[in-house]
Amino acid sequence: MSESANSENQTELVTEHTLYAEPIFELGGFTVTNSLFTSWIALFVIIVIGVSFKLSVKTIPGKLQNIMEMVVDKFLELFDSVTNSREKSVFLAPFVMSFFFLILINNWMGIMPGVGAFGKIVSEHGENVFVPFLRGGTADLNTTLALASLAVVASHIFGVVAVGAWTYLNKFINIKAFLEIPKKVLKDPTVLLVNPIKAFVGLVEIIGELAKVASLSFRLFGNIFAGEVLLASMSAIMAFAIPIPFLFLEIIVGLIQALIFAMLVLIYVSISTTAEEH
Amino acid sequence: MFAKAIAIALGSIAPALGIGYIGAKAMESIGRNPEAAGKILVPMLLACAFAEAIAIYALVIAFSIK
Repeated sequence: MSESANSENQTELVTEHTLYAEPIFELGGFTVTNSLFTSWIALFVIIVIGVSFKLSVKTIPGKLQNIMEMVVDKFLELFDSVTNSREKSVFLAPFVMSFFFLILINNWMGIMPGVGAFGKIVSEHGENVFVPFLRGGTADLNTTLALASLAVVASHIFGVVAVGAWTYLNKFINIKAFLEIPKKVLKDPTVLLVNPIKAFVGLVEIIGELAKVASLSFRLFGNIFAGEVLLASMSAIMAFAIPIPFLFLEIIVGLIQALIFAMLVLIYVSISTTAEEH
Repeated sequence: MFAKAIAIALGSIAPALGIGYIGAKAMESIGRNPEAAGKILVPMLLACAFAEAIAIYALVIAFSIK
């Protein structure tokens, strides 16, 4: 955490990166934090670009449409390597790519000039704290936790819709394994040992789902928050030339983390929508 | 103060070794088959990010210790 103390008028100004996002204003009882505000701006940017692009789609593509078609094609190829079926990729692509673009724009907002620079001074616990108006959206654990839980819950819903509720339930609480014992025990006695183990494995998978939520959210939060703190520390050493390689690093890390999140969501959804083979 | 340092120091030994191993294997397979470099890049980056995530968990703990 970097603390820079400016003595002005006999008071010290504390500027440090807190783990939680600081509130900036209230909308009728609902506190809006700076990360939330930045996420709204990112959302607004995405909606504007998306709608204006959709309205200008022509059969003979212009330059911008060409670029976007290439990007979408590359993404669909990447998704094909996971789902092994073009129609499944096309079905899941809007869901997964919205994760990708939202997280990408949120990550890159953290390094935009002006973010974290303008703010107000509030006095808290007897010292003056600088609260910036804008801060990267994904640098707040709330955002990443929300995105991760949304992704995991959606993968369950997709699974139930695709495979059917009974089959999907049996992936976790394996009742079918117990029902099969009386049927198969005469032909194949090892079923008495194997099937309870299968049922136990199914129960352990439930814990795995919680681990998925935790790992998705913490990976993204940790990378972006650590990047913020790193940039602040480097700027505290010398604000002119030293932050440049770290800014490059942050650009690349933002892109890679968004890609990782999207690919993981795709993997989870495609695992839960495939029927189990024997 | 020392708890923060020890948390992040111990927590990043294993991911560093892991990423080095992933990179080494990737280099070896590119050396064997230089045309596959583009295909190897994306899965290697994916694996690196997974290994890095463990170090990030340790970093978050280090930040939240007072």
